[in-house]
Amino acid sequence: MTPIVSVKSLTKTYSTGFKALNSVSLDIMEGEILALLGPNGAGKTTLISTICGITKPTSGTVTVGGHDVITDWRAARQMIGLVPQEVSLESFERVHKTVSFTRGLFGKPADPGHIDKVLRQLSLYDKRDNKVMQLSGGMKRRVLIAKALSHAPRVLFLDEPTAGVDVELRKDMWKVVADLRSQGVTIILTTHYIEEAEAIADRVAVINKGEILLVQDKADLMRQMGKKQLRIDLTAPVSAIPEKLARHNLALANDGSTLIFTYDTKGERTGITALLNDLQAAGLQLTDLATEQTSLEDIFVGLVKESA
Amino acid sequence: MNFPAIRVIFRQEMARFFRTFIESLISPVISTSLYFVVFGAAIGGKIDLIEGVTYGAFIVPGLIMLTVMTQSVSNASFAINFPKFIGTIYELLSAPVNYLEIVIGYVGAAAAKSILIGLVILATAFFFVDVPILHPFAMLAFLVMTSISFSLFGFIIGIWAKDFQQLQLIPLLILTPLIFLGGTFYSIDMLPGIWRTLALFNPVVYLVSGFRWSFFGTADVPVVFSLLAIAVFAGACLVLVWWIFKTGWRIRQ
Ligand SMILES: Nc1ncnc2c1ncn2[C@@H]1O[C@H](COP(=O)(O)OP(=O)(O)OP(=O)(O)O)[C@@H](O)[C@H]1O
Ligand SMILES: [Mg+2]
Repeated sequence: MTPIVSVKSLTKTYSTGFKALNSVSLDIMEGEILALLGPNGAGKTTLISTICGITKPTSGTVTVGGHDVITDWRAARQMIGLVPQEVSLESFERVHKTVSFTRGLFGKPADPGHIDKVLRQLSLYDKRDNKVMQLSGGMKRRVLIAKALSHAPRVLFLDEPTAGVDVELRKDMWKVVADLRSQGVTIILTTHYIEEAEAIADRVAVINKGEILLVQDKADLMRQMGKKQLRIDLTAPVSAIPEKLARHNLALANDGSTLIFTYDTKGERTGITALLNDLQAAGLQLTDLATEQTSLEDIFVGLVKESA
Repeated sequence: MNFPAIRVIFRQEMARFFRTFIESLISPVISTSLYFVVFGAAIGGKIDLIEGVTYGAFIVPGLIMLTVMTQSVSNASFAINFPKFIGTIYELLSAPVNYLEIVIGYVGAAAAKSILIGLVILATAFFFVDVPILHPFAMLAFLVMTSISFSLFGFIIGIWAKDFQQLQLIPLLILTPLIFLGGTFYSIDMLPGIWRTLALFNPVVYLVSGFRWSFFGTADVPVVFSLLAIAVFAGACLVLVWWIFKTGWRIRQ
């Protein structure tokens, strides 16, 4: 399968001399949802802006649907919808007008039916005749999404679509994203909410300091890199880890009434059997056992720390 | 050509104009009426005929030009500076539109507004004085060409300006003096020797002279020079705009 967006050795140095992207390569497949994770200043917005034509690449190539964004920019841009990170809208413009404006910019003839459909999908229909300044912050963000969808793009970039959006609405947006995906739209979103990536992405890319650290199938990633923890609740608290258990990777928690054993699910032996035997030998009484999977968040924090 | 894009840009800009229709038209009409009262009636009565025309009528073409030039520059510069300022320029940069389409949309709308204002001022003038128009088509042509070329110039200022202060700067420092010294209220023949020669370096002189010729049939400089001046000015602006979009100067990082 050929990727719908292909980024090859992309480097972006701003006029200040700052290198925001350092030889980034990334292939995005048609119909997938890719979550781009990274701390503030990692280069997420720069990457998106360069693909969409807002900033010029310093070197490297980007193609969208096989069209180079520099030499064949018209065809490339026609396929793209962009929801920017910053909410910038004209306050005096009416909702349906500003959405139709974007559709026109992308060379599509006026189509009020389609605009209304998009507005309904984003629960903005009853606000269609309002001026933008009469909307709430979350609604304005949805107007930006409506604009990006006004010309039925094949690839949609969402730069932190749920920043400053309440939990309820965030779930609504995830539904919209899932709907779009089922219509075959490829979606690239950046987010700081790891749970968001966990909830909706097919693949996750982690970027830090202008370099892609990892691109992987979300499930694979969590399986491969996931460490598990075994929580052992004791009947009587201990003041220190007993001598007999010293060889195990244990930590004390809960004022000594809980032992936490961290193990690698990838490993050939997890060491659980040996631990349980030693617990018995040490004469400890257990009240409960529980295991926990490491979250994507832990993986992410671990990766970024490593690259720092 | 991306015609839908040109259409929506043009419409959006015209809608902005008509939202403040009254303000947009009233202020130029009031200020020119004041000029007619002060210069035409009060002072003009004490001034001899200039080139066979009463002073009240003589200043009409200059006044129209004065307003059309300043309106063109301020409208076009604001139209493109505003999206830059509030950040909505991202849409233009990421859309499949080229510089020509953007320019036609924005400059076309700014020029259309100026032409409209120019015609309204002309209509106002008829209330105060008798103004003959010997060459109506040439008059319209000069009006249209001046509106377009000064809107182009304003567009460039709008891209160049980093804030609203800078937006005011060029019109205040360069344009206003050029216009006032450009023979809007007098024939440059009335200037003493050296000033007359200096005036010939002022491009506005050529535009006002040509426009006045279309009314009264007399000009400070040959009409061909006037046409040439507008063509050179518009051509230079167009080349500059093309270069701006090619290099992304002050718009694309
Ligand atoms: N116009 C610019 N000129 C100079 N440097 C810039 C410019 N825009 C961004 N940068 C720098 O490039 C780096 C990456 O910025 P970018 O906006 O891409 O980060 P990000 O990953 O989107 O961060 P965030 O999560 O905060 O949105 C930052 O260090 C930033 O300071
Ligand atoms: Mg960002």
